[in-house]
Amino acid sequence: MNEMSAGLRDLRIALVGNPNCGKTALFNTLTGSRQRVANYPGVTVERKEGGFLTPAGRRVRILDLPGTYSLRARSPDEVVTRDVVLGQQAGVEPPELLVCVADATNLRLALRLVLELKRAGRPMLVALNMFDIARHREIEVDAGRLSAELGLPVVTTVAVRRGGTAALLEAIDAQASPEPGTAVWEAPDAAGLRALQREADRILAAVVRVPDRRDAVTRRLDAVLLHPVAGLVILLVVLFLMFQAVFAWAQPAMDLIDGGFQALGAAVGALLPEEGAAGLLRSFLQDGLIAGVGSVLVFLPQILVLFLFILLLEDFGYMARAAFLMDRIMGGAGLHGRAFIPLLSSFACAIPGIMSTRVIDSRRDRLATILVAPLMTCSARIPVYTLIIGAFVPDRPVGEGAWSWVGLQGLVMFGLYAAGILSALGMSFVFKRLLWRGQPTEPFMLELPDYKLPRLRNLALGLWQRAKAFLRRAGTIILSMMVVIWFLSSVPRPPEGADRPAIEYSLAYGIGQAVEPLLRPIGFNWQIGVALIPGMAAREVAVASLGTVYAVQDAEEDAAQLGQALAGKWSLATALAFLAWYVFAPQCVATLSVIRRETGGRRWMWFSFAYMLTLAYLAAFATFQAARALGAG
Amino acid sequence: MSFVTDAVLADPAQAEAVLDLGAAPRGFRGRIRGLRAFASGGLPAEELERRLLELGFVEGAEVELLHQGLFGRDPIAIRVDSATIALRRREAAAVLVEPAP
Repeated sequence: MNEMSAGLRDLRIALVGNPNCGKTALFNTLTGSRQRVANYPGVTVERKEGGFLTPAGRRVRILDLPGTYSLRARSPDEVVTRDVVLGQQAGVEPPELLVCVADATNLRLALRLVLELKRAGRPMLVALNMFDIARHREIEVDAGRLSAELGLPVVTTVAVRRGGTAALLEAIDAQASPEPGTAVWEAPDAAGLRALQREADRILAAVVRVPDRRDAVTRRLDAVLLHPVAGLVILLVVLFLMFQAVFAWAQPAMDLIDGGFQALGAAVGALLPEEGAAGLLRSFLQDGLIAGVGSVLVFLPQILVLFLFILLLEDFGYMARAAFLMDRIMGGAGLHGRAFIPLLSSFACAIPGIMSTRVIDSRRDRLATILVAPLMTCSARIPVYTLIIGAFVPDRPVGEGAWSWVGLQGLVMFGLYAAGILSALGMSFVFKRLLWRGQPTEPFMLELPDYKLPRLRNLALGLWQRAKAFLRRAGTIILSMMVVIWFLSSVPRPPEGADRPAIEYSLAYGIGQAVEPLLRPIGFNWQIGVALIPGMAAREVAVASLGTVYAVQDAEEDAAQLGQALAGKWSLATALAFLAWYVFAPQCVATLSVIRRETGGRRWMWFSFAYMLTLAYLAAFATFQAARALGAG
Repeated sequence: MSFVTDAVLADPAQAEAVLDLGAAPRGFRGRIRGLRAFASGGLPAEELERRLLELGFVEGAEVELLHQGLFGRDPIAIRVDSATIALRRREAAAVLVEPAP
């Protein structure tokens, strides 16, 4: 530490800017892995904060604010941006310096925001981001003239390149520790907005020379990707490839994890005796802890592949196109076109999906999306689906020749995903008609950004954050539920010389027996009843629970061979009913608690729980009875 | 205030050349003459106008209708100067444009 830095406090900076201006890439480059993702108190808007050291040794705390076109906030995300900028956000000290990030290739809307922010009176500097792309497209921006016109420091940045932030860091160092002062701002009316945009357009004409307005690559790609027919076909193919990849790519890593945990379990098993108190510990470590954690962790590769696709499409700029293509179809179901992105994220996990509904301005449209988001097939269902499909659906191609690359198992999986999507669309249609009769959907307005090559660094950082979140969940909720289920299914221990399987002496047996009459019409046995209860913690826990229940019940069987065990013990009708149940069942406490938080009360949480439970029961009932009638009983 | 619009509509010679963007065909190029906002999608007229303004639909801006959806030719993608904005024809009808010569 040199003396200069010792004398200075941490400088508080906030990044603001339009959506798609490369703000988050800039944030990632500045902070590297020194960042923290949390929530603002009271709201579930993601608070991304990080720190870095300037070349002069000054410590900076930086906040990445949600993208916005205006301080006239319309969604909860944009409210946070406004309140932080104006110093009204609870729990956040007012920023001492705003860095307004502007896409140098698309300055028009950014300049209007800069002018609006400037009126709010906070110390500010402008970062002309993606300056390399602008130069490549021969868009000439006179940064010096812009600085003079705006009366603000202007620097150029290339967020994705090493050294691309040097000018910004220098400008931050050049700032004396500014006083945040008080920011004043009043929502502009239409005339005010016109005046601001006119002023922005005047400055733009003075400082920017654009020989070719549109990005040639984007134009050519959009001609195909936004084609009314070809675009929709390509979207379907992309989604289908995504699900095939989730299966094919993840397999080797899954086998490795699976093998590792089996070896670990065997090693621990060999160290401890089977009898007495040590036997209980052995059972806990081997059947409860190791098998339980292993059966959940094994799905990490699939979750990462899915997130990889979502992050790639997002960074590439395709997500907004998907929303455009899907708008009419979603609109037919009473959903907003913007609901497409939250619903697509829900394929990974309903929690980020529900949280990302904050981009939908209207409360009704947002609520409709939140209610149906858990119906999208989240990655936690993958373990359940894979297990049952692996055990009951033969692993062979659908057909010969041209069809030989399509696996039957993959096709069934696709069908389950389709069932989730169709039921989500159907339910939102019903909700719109029943709950909000005749209330129109808010207008769909969305900027389609230019396509950009995704950057490895941003992908890696995004994947790492997702993996961390999953591991944290696996390490806390899921692990503790595994311990509970092991306890229920292993205590009390069977007496000496017991002639029945051990589990029939346990607490779980009693619970399973108690709920079994309710589950009989849908083809579930008491083992499933036992597995469903801890499965409430998270869907994938049901797999681990089934593993525990069956492994403990019959020590001869290896928990990892659960599939074969189920194939021998369940009828096909039961297996299909189980799949149908999982398409709908509200089997996730975390999702329910997020719904409660996001909707601001228990009412909608209980509503979603009740409607999904009813759907799950009816679907499993219909599936089981139909399958039995067709001879699969 | 949509004073430009009022002036445009008051002059029959000019009004003839003006059409609303919601009715424009794919490939249409033109210039924005004014906004004539109305209540839509649960938003009051004033709010729709401000949202359109914030996305750059301001008098004088050059527009081009780049893409349209399969069903009912909806939604549409509009080039507004340096940005591309997707919206539905229903709301685009609030934007009055004159064709480029």
